[in-house]
Amino acid sequence: MTDPQPVPVIRLWQLTKTYGEGDAAVHALRGVSLAVQQGDFVAIMGASGSGKSTLMSIIGCLDVQTSGRYLLDGVDVELLTENELSEIRNRKIGFVFQSFNLLPGSTALQNVELPLTYAGVRAHARRTRAMAALDEVGLAARYSHRPAMMSGGERQRVAVARAIAVNPSLILADEPTGNLDSVATDDVLSIFARLNTEGRTIVMITHENEVAQHAKRVVRVKDGLVVDDFRQAPIDGPPPMHSHLAYVPGGVR
Amino acid sequence: MIRAESIRIALAGILHNRLRSLLTMLGMLIGVASVIVLVAVGTGSSQAVQKTIEGLGTNLLQINRQGGGFGGFGGGRATVGTQSRAANLTAADVTALEDKTQNPDVLAVAPVITGSVTAVYNGASYSPSSSVGTTPSYQQIKDYVVAEGTFFTAADEAQHNRVAVIGETVATNLFGTADPIGNNVQFNGASYQIIGLLKQKGTNGIQDQDDVVIAPLTAVQDTLTGYSTSYSNISVEATSPSKEADAQAEVTATLEATHKIATGGTDDFRILNQASLLETSTSSNKVFTTLLGIVAGISLLVGGIGVMNIMLVTVTERTREIGIRKAIGAKRSDILGQFLVEAVLLSALGGVAGVAAGVGLSNVRIINIQPVVATYSVVLAFGVAVVTGLFFGLYPASRAAGLLPIEALRYE
Repeated sequence: MTDPQPVPVIRLWQLTKTYGEGDAAVHALRGVSLAVQQGDFVAIMGASGSGKSTLMSIIGCLDVQTSGRYLLDGVDVELLTENELSEIRNRKIGFVFQSFNLLPGSTALQNVELPLTYAGVRAHARRTRAMAALDEVGLAARYSHRPAMMSGGERQRVAVARAIAVNPSLILADEPTGNLDSVATDDVLSIFARLNTEGRTIVMITHENEVAQHAKRVVRVKDGLVVDDFRQAPIDGPPPMHSHLAYVPGGVR
Repeated sequence: MIRAESIRIALAGILHNRLRSLLTMLGMLIGVASVIVLVAVGTGSSQAVQKTIEGLGTNLLQINRQGGGFGGFGGGRATVGTQSRAANLTAADVTALEDKTQNPDVLAVAPVITGSVTAVYNGASYSPSSSVGTTPSYQQIKDYVVAEGTFFTAADEAQHNRVAVIGETVATNLFGTADPIGNNVQFNGASYQIIGLLKQKGTNGIQDQDDVVIAPLTAVQDTLTGYSTSYSNISVEATSPSKEADAQAEVTATLEATHKIATGGTDDFRILNQASLLETSTSSNKVFTTLLGIVAGISLLVGGIGVMNIMLVTVTERTREIGIRKAIGAKRSDILGQFLVEAVLLSALGGVAGVAAGVGLSNVRIINIQPVVATYSVVLAFGVAVVTGLFFGLYPASRAAGLLPIEALRYE
């Protein structure tokens, strides 16, 4: 390892994941090694079935690898208890899903408040912080709307607001633009670019080249292995296509 | 998680599927309400019996033959025992009991012959549940009030007059709405003139006290029973409730003398007083109330299983939501708490409605019994409802809490 930087946010060694047993076993990951530094914006690309979603689940502490090691901020995730994993998902990671995964019965504000609730933030502070997060994605005015009353783009922006509500250093996005039209896609990607220049690390799964162009680094996965790792822009600068944004060194930790 | 928050989330969950929540609560409602109502019926009937027994006069003693039959007409079956000659209650006993110097605390004495007769009037036939031949003092002892006409007198008795006093139920069955006074009724073929109608006493929870015919002892012996060797029982009234024990001691001594029972020997008679009657009825009512309570408790259990059933469905339906919550940082205990609070809230709301329904329904008279709501049954039923919700909510909630986040998220 010749990494000049201190501890990477994400460090994977020979990660494998197998579903099922014997003849029916599916090898989703066959040995992935990867390091992601703080402040990077990584797009993980691959066809469906390439293992990229499995990789994302493991990085997000939603699933556990079959073998190999995964260090998150230098901590071996395998050694953590269930409650500690819950806390990591709550404080360190913000999730954005392709299908939004908002609670349909709750308003935008209530959805954004949810991670703050689990973080133990009191009602008043929770509301203030959730409103600030909604403001950051430009939806403060629609805080009382339920997901069903919003467009796909708006829903995804609410999901992004929810992901950044507790101010995590790492944002994981699984095909965040997969269900969006081109205008909404641009909206969400601009928000990601801004969050990244503020110092947040972003790992995003996509299968669209146009989307991947917005990342600083593109990792291609095929049949459970990393087949290509290409840097499009330096870590300590704005993402490509968003060079007008000023990069904030240090960033969110 | 903050407590108020879990209640808000649980309420939202309950409101999300209103009809289903209502039906589940209905199960709890029926359980809680039936416990309250049935226990209230038991308590009510128990109190009614108690009141009736107290209404009989707390200074009443009834002397029965020990081991003898229950003294039907023509009875007088002598009991032959090792200690006693015969267990007959005779005129000599009555005379001895009426002796004021020997029994200063005895106010009145009445020999009683009971049995069954069939009364016929103008084509109408009826068998009263209680037919009594006795002396006029019986009226005072039993606290009968005459609503119309008169009670028979000592003269009626001395002259063997065939007259009778009847209760409301008998009057209605024989005469309908017509006035019974002055009419002649055939009792087992013997003609009696009705001279009095008794004021209504109502039921004592076991028997209708208005279903009664009372006639002079002498006339009854003439026409219906013959001169049997024994009375069915002797009713005695003490001078006051506080003198009841003294009166009972005097009566015991007097009868032991007339029956020639040696000191320490076994009495051939038995004295029932108010206290022993109350005791018997109270203990039998307790069994009755407990049985009702158990039956109702079963329906409460069924309600609890309903809660569990619905919670299991809810958990399955909301698997994806659980996945989202877990991905966002909900701990196992957060999810457990959320579904547990929902189950308890469901059963508690059903319980509150059940208390309201139960207390409300207890105002309705059921088969002549006015139910009396027992406070303990309300507390117990509601408490059990909440505990049932907790118990039956535990399994579905822990199943929800134990879901793996990635599998819950993938669930369609």
